[in-house]
Amino acid sequence: MTPPRFLNRWLLFAVAVGVIAAFMDQDYYYTLLNFIGIHTLLVVGLNLLLGYAGQISLGHAAFFGLGAYTSGILTATCGVDPWLALVAGLAVSGLAAFLIGIPALKLRGYYLGMATLGFGIIIYIILNEADGLTGGPSGLSGIPSLSLAGLAFNTPRRLYLLIWIILGIILAMSANLVNSRTGRAIRALHDGEAAAESLGVDTFRLKLKIFVWSALYASLAGSLYAHTLNFVAPSSFGFMFSIKLVTMVVLGGMASIWGSLLGAGTLTVLPELLTVFHDFEMVIFGAILMVVMIFLPRGLVRGILDLCESRRYKRQGGRISF
Amino acid sequence: MGLKQENILLALDNVSLAFGGLQAVEQVSFGVAPGAVKAVIGPNGAGKTTLFNLMTGFLTPQAGRIVFAGEEIQGRPAHRIARRGIARTFQLVQLFDHMTVLENVMVGRHRLSHSGLLAGALQFPWTRREEKEIRAKAMEALEFVGLADRARQSAAALPLGLKRMLEIARALASAPTLLLLDEPASGLDAVETERLQDLILELRRQGLTTLLVEHDMGLTMEVADEIAVLNYGKLIADGPPRAIQKNPEVIAAYLGTDWQT
Ligand SMILES: Nc1ncnc2c1ncn2[C@@H]1O[C@H](COP(=O)(O)OP(=O)(O)OP(=O)(O)O)[C@@H](O)[C@H]1O
Ligand SMILES: [Mg+2]
Repeated sequence: MTPPRFLNRWLLFAVAVGVIAAFMDQDYYYTLLNFIGIHTLLVVGLNLLLGYAGQISLGHAAFFGLGAYTSGILTATCGVDPWLALVAGLAVSGLAAFLIGIPALKLRGYYLGMATLGFGIIIYIILNEADGLTGGPSGLSGIPSLSLAGLAFNTPRRLYLLIWIILGIILAMSANLVNSRTGRAIRALHDGEAAAESLGVDTFRLKLKIFVWSALYASLAGSLYAHTLNFVAPSSFGFMFSIKLVTMVVLGGMASIWGSLLGAGTLTVLPELLTVFHDFEMVIFGAILMVVMIFLPRGLVRGILDLCESRRYKRQGGRISF
Repeated sequence: MGLKQENILLALDNVSLAFGGLQAVEQVSFGVAPGAVKAVIGPNGAGKTTLFNLMTGFLTPQAGRIVFAGEEIQGRPAHRIARRGIARTFQLVQLFDHMTVLENVMVGRHRLSHSGLLAGALQFPWTRREEKEIRAKAMEALEFVGLADRARQSAAALPLGLKRMLEIARALASAPTLLLLDEPASGLDAVETERLQDLILELRRQGLTTLLVEHDMGLTMEVADEIAVLNYGKLIADGPPRAIQKNPEVIAAYLGTDWQT
């Protein structure tokens, strides 16, 4: 049974979030943390799909965009309450994932990748072209901030608290999920679809469920993003961003909830530190993806632990035995 | 074939399947009585695994009917058939390699539990209760096959003999009405085969109906109440072990193979 170690992690998470909020006073860092939080939401969701269920999505930026634009349009243009708009975003993204998932999830591997990629591109084009609704390439501005009981989340620090509390809840829910009946069935269908079916798991239905579930995370992240920036433009939701998300999943570690935080954190902070990223962003992301896949297929943390382990064995001249 | 319908758990009625020009299963009919251990034997490529795949929904027969517990199941999706109570193992062991031994068996409880995705994420009190029960039943199945002390190990790290046991435990955890074992003794040493034999006999004592594909004739003769013999997709004999052993057609099919151990 896991409770003690488990509890400690969540305690650590809560304390760390609280300590930062209490002592840090530079808006720049809060802004950075807010993007890390939003990216982590996306990456955890994608990790459930890619890392746990073994189903690729190369169009996840589209669900992020659907969430962001549904929130943006409903609040800025129609004056709907932001929280209601957020829920509407979830409905729109969930429905889109459901409708796309039905044909796409019958496909495997590369084909599923191509289908989701195509979907992502279509959404990107719609966001650009439907300027009456979306404001076109120049974007949609005037999105209000979220507020709760009279408190508006309109400073980086307040947003930070909101985003990271939501993130904490989502991380906990995701950790629960992967160790539940349905979570095990999801991991099982990844390891062996036939074996899972032979035990009564409706693998197609379950793939569809986790695809929709994962799109909901992206949509939530999108809504938070829209209300954080108070502005959205299509360029944030293109194919490149989908690839960045996959890179974050792979770097943090497939099938790792906490790794998602690490992957998203690293690849959000690095471009801020290294200006080379601005000119060669996609080259660098591509290189990271390749290097990690080849040398650390289990992701950064577990990969490095594995490397140390095998070094130690070699030094001791021993063989790895089970 | 005159099947006594009222006393048959599983009945195949003129089941056929061809892969392109290859007739893998041709007009096969036989029945399995409740509580019996029945073996399906035959040379390599006779169509035994294909027959299992037809019964478990992984393949759809081109002709014929498969009746399980009074209902036609041919052509139904595999998970539906599994939910009705047919569990199986695979000729090439198929475990969930990235999961622990216990988790593998817990998946076996899938058809008997209900918590969905949202319940899993939110951990309602009843979700936790169900999880506890799943864990307890899975442990029971592991204890039954003697793997309880390995519950927390990775399934992938087990030696083949124990992998086969784990696969059986996983199937048993689903509390099946009918258990299908596809060559459970292949790759096992003498001691392990002996343990497998005891296990099958113990399951029979408990009243479980088992259908078994096996090349190990020693084991088959020990455990089987009835034997069906396939050759080139056709059923060439069906009856009690002693009659099968003397059947000239069976002996001819096995000519040159030393199967009378
Ligand atoms: N999916 C498939 N596509 C084409 N041919 C197949 C397929 N599955 C099985 N076959 C062929 O059908 C025949 C029966 O195969 P099957 O696997 O059922 O034999 P088996 O009796 O289980 O043999 P073994 O003892 O070697 O396991 C073989 O000739 C095999 O090559
Ligand atoms: Mg076979």
